[in-house]
Amino acid sequence: MSTTEQSTMVVPPGGHEPHAEHAGGGHHTSTGLSNEKMAMWTFLGSECLLFGGLISTFLLYRGKEVVSGPEVRELYDIPFTSVSSFILLMSSLTMVLALSAIQRGNHRQLRTWLLTTALLGSTFVAGQVYEFTAFYREGLGFTTNIQSSAFYVLTGFHGAHVTIGIVMLLSLFVMSHRGSLPTGRSETVEIVGLYWHFVDIVWIIIFTVIYLVP
Amino acid sequence: MALTDDRPVLELTAGEDAERREPLGVFRRPTATTGWRSWLTSVDHKKIGIMYGATAMVFFAIGGLEALLIRTQLATPDGQVLSEQAYNQAFTMHGTTMVFLVIMPMLAAFANYLIPLMIGARDVAFPRLNALSYWIFLAGGLFLYSSFFLGGAPDNGWTSYAPLSNNLAYSPGMGQDFWTLGLQITGIASLASAVNLIVTVINMRAPGMTLMRMPIFVWMSLVAQFLLLFAIPVITVALFLLMFDRLFGANFFNVAEGADPLLWQHLFWIFGHPEVYILILPAFGIISEVIPAFARKPLFGYPFMVFSGVAIGFMGWGVWAHHMFASGLGPVSVAAFSLSTMFIAVPTGVKIFNWIATLWNGKLNFTVPMLFAVALVSQFVIGGLSGVTHSVAPHDTQQHDTYYIVAHFHYVLFGGSMFGIFAGVYFWWPKVFGRMLSETIGKAHFWLMFAGFNLTFGPMHILGLQGQPRRTATYAEGMGWDLMNQLATWGSYLIAASFLLWIFNVVKSRANPPAGADPWDARTLEWSISSPPPAHNFDIEPTVSQLDEWWHRKYGEDDHGVIVRRDDYEWMSVVGPEEGGTSAPPPESIHLPSPSYWPIVLALGLPLIAYGLLFTYWLSALGGLVLIASVYGWSLEPSVDPDAGHGHVEPDRVDDDDDPGTAADPVAAGTTEEPS
Repeated sequence: MSTTEQSTMVVPPGGHEPHAEHAGGGHHTSTGLSNEKMAMWTFLGSECLLFGGLISTFLLYRGKEVVSGPEVRELYDIPFTSVSSFILLMSSLTMVLALSAIQRGNHRQLRTWLLTTALLGSTFVAGQVYEFTAFYREGLGFTTNIQSSAFYVLTGFHGAHVTIGIVMLLSLFVMSHRGSLPTGRSETVEIVGLYWHFVDIVWIIIFTVIYLVP
Repeated sequence: MALTDDRPVLELTAGEDAERREPLGVFRRPTATTGWRSWLTSVDHKKIGIMYGATAMVFFAIGGLEALLIRTQLATPDGQVLSEQAYNQAFTMHGTTMVFLVIMPMLAAFANYLIPLMIGARDVAFPRLNALSYWIFLAGGLFLYSSFFLGGAPDNGWTSYAPLSNNLAYSPGMGQDFWTLGLQITGIASLASAVNLIVTVINMRAPGMTLMRMPIFVWMSLVAQFLLLFAIPVITVALFLLMFDRLFGANFFNVAEGADPLLWQHLFWIFGHPEVYILILPAFGIISEVIPAFARKPLFGYPFMVFSGVAIGFMGWGVWAHHMFASGLGPVSVAAFSLSTMFIAVPTGVKIFNWIATLWNGKLNFTVPMLFAVALVSQFVIGGLSGVTHSVAPHDTQQHDTYYIVAHFHYVLFGGSMFGIFAGVYFWWPKVFGRMLSETIGKAHFWLMFAGFNLTFGPMHILGLQGQPRRTATYAEGMGWDLMNQLATWGSYLIAASFLLWIFNVVKSRANPPAGADPWDARTLEWSISSPPPAHNFDIEPTVSQLDEWWHRKYGEDDHGVIVRRDDYEWMSVVGPEEGGTSAPPPESIHLPSPSYWPIVLALGLPLIAYGLLFTYWLSALGGLVLIASVYGWSLEPSVDPDAGHGHVEPDRVDDDDDPGTAADPVAAGTTEEPS
């Protein structure tokens, strides 16, 4: 970062502080990766196992005969879900554009893309709510059979993750509006982006595994 | 983004016209660094480590009382001490407590206290998140125990197998719900702590502290944290499914709807078997520090110790189904899991031989920590070997759910983990509290505990082979089990007596003389600073050039190649001249993260949500509000308080961010931002 900040550093008496040169965008760390970013990567690693467990549960019950109510796969509206999946995937693109905007110092564009991303995410969640309602009308409630429980919990968990992501995006938007998301802190946007892309990738897996694979 | 802290940072000079804006948030920033309030708001990894340890010891006493009740009930045939329901509650809560509220937090205590000191860091990567982990753990533990007063404790065993646990007809009441929700809460604590410690070890090592120069305890804790990171989400899934079944009528384990009850067992043991290594690996790390210190030799085969630990970490994922040999998995799975279970004994054996080789030809000094460490080695061999007998499927079928299993896992978890924990407690006590524990009382404690432990769990091997089932409230006369049961019960009373000696030792230690910085003449960095360490750990960040850096600063070779103590070695930090050091410069420019209310407030939200799910939903709503409010309060609060008396920082960063570096940066301060 700039030399300005170095000139204002007080070097502690009697010792070197290795972070001094690197304070700013990222602190000096053993790996060069900032703590925050590594924490997000680590957390996402554990999220893989969370979704892994839920997807496995769904797969286990998908092939089993249900005792009551319809099977989940009879109700799929693949074209509809494809469109909403496409919308979610596009939100990864706009997220990248948001990150690129703040890295270039273009804060108006940053806010535009953050808002667009949040909007696309919301559209996806709205589509999911519509899908749930439609399924429910067809007689597939949460408690109807083993498949319905597994389906609603898996997609519901994913929807909750998207919703949390939307809240984070809107928080970034507000921060940027207040002027507390300066160009030097583009990493915050990047870390939220990591989360957002992860949620999107998980959806690709869920969509493929539960909707597309026969 | 929200839940992040920075590592301790440098002071920045004040702007002349600095006009300080009030930080957003409900509370004034706490400033106390002493007194009881400071403990509630502290973000110092050392204080948090002590809190973890103290809390776990209280739970150890409670779990021990439950064990005494169980043993008293079983002392004679047809025991009438507990009702069957109360007996079920006692063994369920005993197991749950010892695993989740004693050994795991005890090892978190060591990891929290020692890892930053051992790698030469000022704090963990995210100090406030660290405090949050502790408070969530405490909230989960208290929530679990509140079940005794709010409608009955859990009584399905610590494994809570479905369909016993999910079916409201088989387990009515709220005990099982308390278990499910309580473990969810403590799981969040473990996950947050795992992320925090992994980032700390990987990112915050002192200059020169390469991975292969890290103390072995740090390595073993790191492996255990990775296991936690990947195991916790699996049990979270299982607990969620169980919760949905019980509270909202889902069908995950509903056999009438065609559900597969093995699903619970698979999910539970995919978590549960790595959990076993989460409980033992840090204890292995502890004694791998203790044994070299008292054998006056470096740890034999350090790289092998590291790689065998990592290998155990990986292989721990491939053996879960040996817990399910009796459930009809089919011959192929059983053979595969038999084999993998036998293989995992190999890296464990490597460790045992390395400890023995470390002891070999050493100048052994049998202090109390050393006694506990050596006891661990011998008892773990017994527990490990009886474990290998389970990998032989026909044996396992015979021993399944008998007292042989109880004997096995107590030899591993009590004879292993708890003895390792006590070795560590006696070893690092002088570092943490600045006073030695009495060696005499400590030795009495050790021998009583050692005798009591073997008397309690040794006979259980025989009882198990004779067929006494576990988890059964009583047994009839004339089964031939009387004598062994009596012995086991007397043994458990001896363990209880040894615990009282330990408490006596702790209370008495306050009057003992100061320990000094390095009472054991040990090897790792934490012994180079005063006891107890100052808040900022190191006056000067240490630079490391080899394994056992501190030892090599103290000792060198003379002309004949004999190891001699150097007269001119340099203490690294605030050890005063009377302790052999030079007084280091005062640390006024070291800026530590400020205390915060938010961790404890945030942690309060979780039990509120859980109580709401069980009683009335408005409590959940309230808990959710607390949670959201504190997440925002937290993220708006700077991690370093400008008013903490360490000098000023630029005013812009007060509501900007946690990051002091950007504060002095005109770009970061927003001056070059496009007009909007």
